[in-house]
Amino acid sequence: MPTKSYVQTNINGESVEFLAEPRQSLLEVLRDTLQLTGAKEGCNDGNCGACTVKMDGRIVCSCLVFGVEAEGADIETIEGMASPEGLHPLQTAFLENAALQCGICTPGFLMASKALLDHNPNPTEGQIRWWLANNLCRCTGYDKIVRAVMDAAQKMQA
Amino acid sequence: MTTTREPNKVLSQIEYDVIGTRPIRPDGADKVTGRAKYSADFTISGAIYGKLVRSPHAHARIISIDTSKAEAHPSVKAVVTGEDLPKTVIGADGDRPKTSGEIAADLKYLRHQIMATEKVVFGNQPVAAVAAATAHDAEEAAKLVEVKYEILPSVTEVRAAMEDDAPVLHDDIEMTEFGEKTGRKGNIADHFQNKIGDPQKGFEQADVIVEREFNTATVHQGYIEPHSCTVHWRDDDRIFIWNSCQGPFNIRDATAEVLGVPLTNVKLTPQEIGGGFGGKFEPYGEPVLALLSKKAGAPVKMWMTRTEDLEATGPSPGSYVRVKMGATKDGKIVAGEAELAFEAGAYPGSVVEAGGECVFAPYDIPNAVVDGYDVVVNKSKMAAYRAPGATNAEFASETVVDELAQKLDIDPIEFRLMNAAKEGTRKVDGTSFPRIGLVEVLEALKDHDHWKSPIEGDNVARGFACAYWMNAGLQSAVNLAVNSDGRVSLTEGSPDIGGSRASISMQAAEILGIPSEDILPSVVDTDSIGFTFGTGGSRTTFATGYAAIEAAKDVKQQMIERAALIWGVAPESVQMDKGNIHAGNGAELKMTFKELAAEMNDTGGAITGRGSVNPSGVGAAFAGLIVDIHADPETGKVQILRATIAQDAGKAIHPSYVEGQLQGGTAQGIGWGLNEEYFMSDEGRMANSSFLDYRMPTALDLPMIDTVIVEVANPGHPFGVRGVGEVNIAPPPAAIANALSRSLGVRMERLPMNPNTVMETMWANNGSSNGS
Repeated sequence: MPTKSYVQTNINGESVEFLAEPRQSLLEVLRDTLQLTGAKEGCNDGNCGACTVKMDGRIVCSCLVFGVEAEGADIETIEGMASPEGLHPLQTAFLENAALQCGICTPGFLMASKALLDHNPNPTEGQIRWWLANNLCRCTGYDKIVRAVMDAAQKMQA
Repeated sequence: MTTTREPNKVLSQIEYDVIGTRPIRPDGADKVTGRAKYSADFTISGAIYGKLVRSPHAHARIISIDTSKAEAHPSVKAVVTGEDLPKTVIGADGDRPKTSGEIAADLKYLRHQIMATEKVVFGNQPVAAVAAATAHDAEEAAKLVEVKYEILPSVTEVRAAMEDDAPVLHDDIEMTEFGEKTGRKGNIADHFQNKIGDPQKGFEQADVIVEREFNTATVHQGYIEPHSCTVHWRDDDRIFIWNSCQGPFNIRDATAEVLGVPLTNVKLTPQEIGGGFGGKFEPYGEPVLALLSKKAGAPVKMWMTRTEDLEATGPSPGSYVRVKMGATKDGKIVAGEAELAFEAGAYPGSVVEAGGECVFAPYDIPNAVVDGYDVVVNKSKMAAYRAPGATNAEFASETVVDELAQKLDIDPIEFRLMNAAKEGTRKVDGTSFPRIGLVEVLEALKDHDHWKSPIEGDNVARGFACAYWMNAGLQSAVNLAVNSDGRVSLTEGSPDIGGSRASISMQAAEILGIPSEDILPSVVDTDSIGFTFGTGGSRTTFATGYAAIEAAKDVKQQMIERAALIWGVAPESVQMDKGNIHAGNGAELKMTFKELAAEMNDTGGAITGRGSVNPSGVGAAFAGLIVDIHADPETGKVQILRATIAQDAGKAIHPSYVEGQLQGGTAQGIGWGLNEEYFMSDEGRMANSSFLDYRMPTALDLPMIDTVIVEVANPGHPFGVRGVGEVNIAPPPAAIANALSRSLGVRMERLPMNPNTVMETMWANNGSSNGS
């Protein structure tokens, strides 16, 4: 009897197939099976947001999604954020505003920030803080992250 | 929500070309694209997965360990217990070599902490480990290891552990007092005392005396990346480690000692690190994985769960601190008395001495006495956490100082200025300060718009506190190699936690007169660079930066000699200035750095430079914080409305990352002050070992954090650098407590000041004020 299920999904615009045990999270599949290690495991219980990816238009903690739930889904990860033309304006803004120190939470913050700007291109400081409250950063005190998102929003509108 | 947007202000004295600018960090692109490889991202072919078997009890005798069922699991490749660690000790008294510096744990205790034999002394302590083909199999197999325990009563709080009838953790701990063995067995490992002047006489001179007792909870560094590592005990008996850590050499050395192998049998290749704050200086899984790897003949990888990390790595001590201070009516502090008792965790060696040094350090106090106690409790061995000991100590003393100012009706910053330590001021430990910047920090905040702005609204109030931290020097090495296109490769041994590749490259670039983008930094393995103490103690930009300066000077001298050789002139006649090499007064002999680099291979080969330092001129750090809060008298909830922190950086190499340190430390200090706490069950287990229940500040909990970088050059560094990483965590708890005394009229004596603590304090005062 096979112990793994066949899953067909779409990641960063590409069709992807993998085998997953029922107990494996999407985060495990991304990291260990597909070598997409940009999503990080910080808590494995949905409280730090370091594993944030976009799934069918919603941001999710990939540690709280089973790998087999990705069947037929559209998934975006940090690896798909930059394009051959260069970094996404949010990535550039994070660098220019020094919005990262150790950088472990950065992929999750960028995924969450991109979803915010997709949803609301001109957020207030309060809206940014509310939206990013599921992502923990222990280095920056959030100041430069919030400023980077405001900066990117402004540049993307210009 | 709106937050005041105070532009960051740099008070600069000297203009540099590179220093003080804000280039993009060299490792930035990898870190915003998900490409950067952290410890858990490391892969190696043939790897198997490890899992530690941990004690469900905080204090228990191990009766038996039966590994047979785990060994029979079809996926299991190896099982080890504490008995597999060597028993022999290198060195006559079992002390670890000096290279391990501030990490003074006795080797015997370190081995026991890593994998226990005979008894366990903290919850979730490892007693065995398994390696299996997959991580899930390892987790399953770990549950098959059968351990029988005889449960012993536990003690997890510092004051309770000091009682005569407290459960005793170790039968071989004998209290030392003032450096002498006393024969007194128990949980108090050490009692020290520092004294200056005549405290009794000092208090007799005082017109106002304030004395309070404070208790602070155990907290955790809360880095977002849990501990993880991959270890391969190879066929040639070299042990390769890939992990994320603050101190590659510290962990190399400690792992070798625990395993009883020569230091250089171990090679540690640091991966990118996801935060440390003092918590990633010690080996936890590394020696165990080495044993598993040797048995299984394969590399073994393991990453800890957040629960394992919170309960069983190195948190920061809970503490008891009593502070008494006296001042004359004209505002001069004349006497101080402090008693500090810190949890060491399950083995001796807390940071109470550092706390004792910090408690009165910001002030010129002629008469003071400080007593410190190092106490073992049934919690994981405490580790460093950002200015370790300072926050506990200065929460207490800065509250008492504030209350003295209130009683004397003197502005809190003015009162601190009247008593501030300066160059030449003697601390209670007997040492005196070189040039320091406390007065400048206080003046910057006194003149700041935030301090002058009106305080508006019900239960809105402002608080202030400042803090001292000593910072560290220690050993660092840097190598430079000039490439023929004029860019310079830089190798260093300091893991980059918050932009230090940038701040170190910039110092080399400044000396060479080239753009910082032309320096290509790499953090390399322990075979590839000289001994470099870990990234901690606010030391990296100071000491590794110093080594980079020395290496760049070495390169510069060789460039001059090479130009002299090409031109056929005396080296003394050649100068190198802002990346241009020239000789004589005329313009005829002139080359750029790049032009000369292109000539290297035909004129003797590559130019390489080296720098290796152990600088003594460590610059002490001071910070001050103004905080506005709203406190809800119905619920006890405190909201931070505005925060402004000033800190003396000496010289800010990359101001953005200096600001980042100030902001990050402030946020951690706010978390320590308001929310963070280990809840221990009656059985001695941590009851809130997840990020849901161990509540760290989110973006929604904080306002923008305005920064003022004060620059009073440290005479012990060529560019005046002081470390900036740590002292900023210390002011927030006291600043918030001081604001609370003005908002709700109560003096807080317990951390965290969560709604529960605030309401209990209010009720204990029956609605009447215990503040002034």
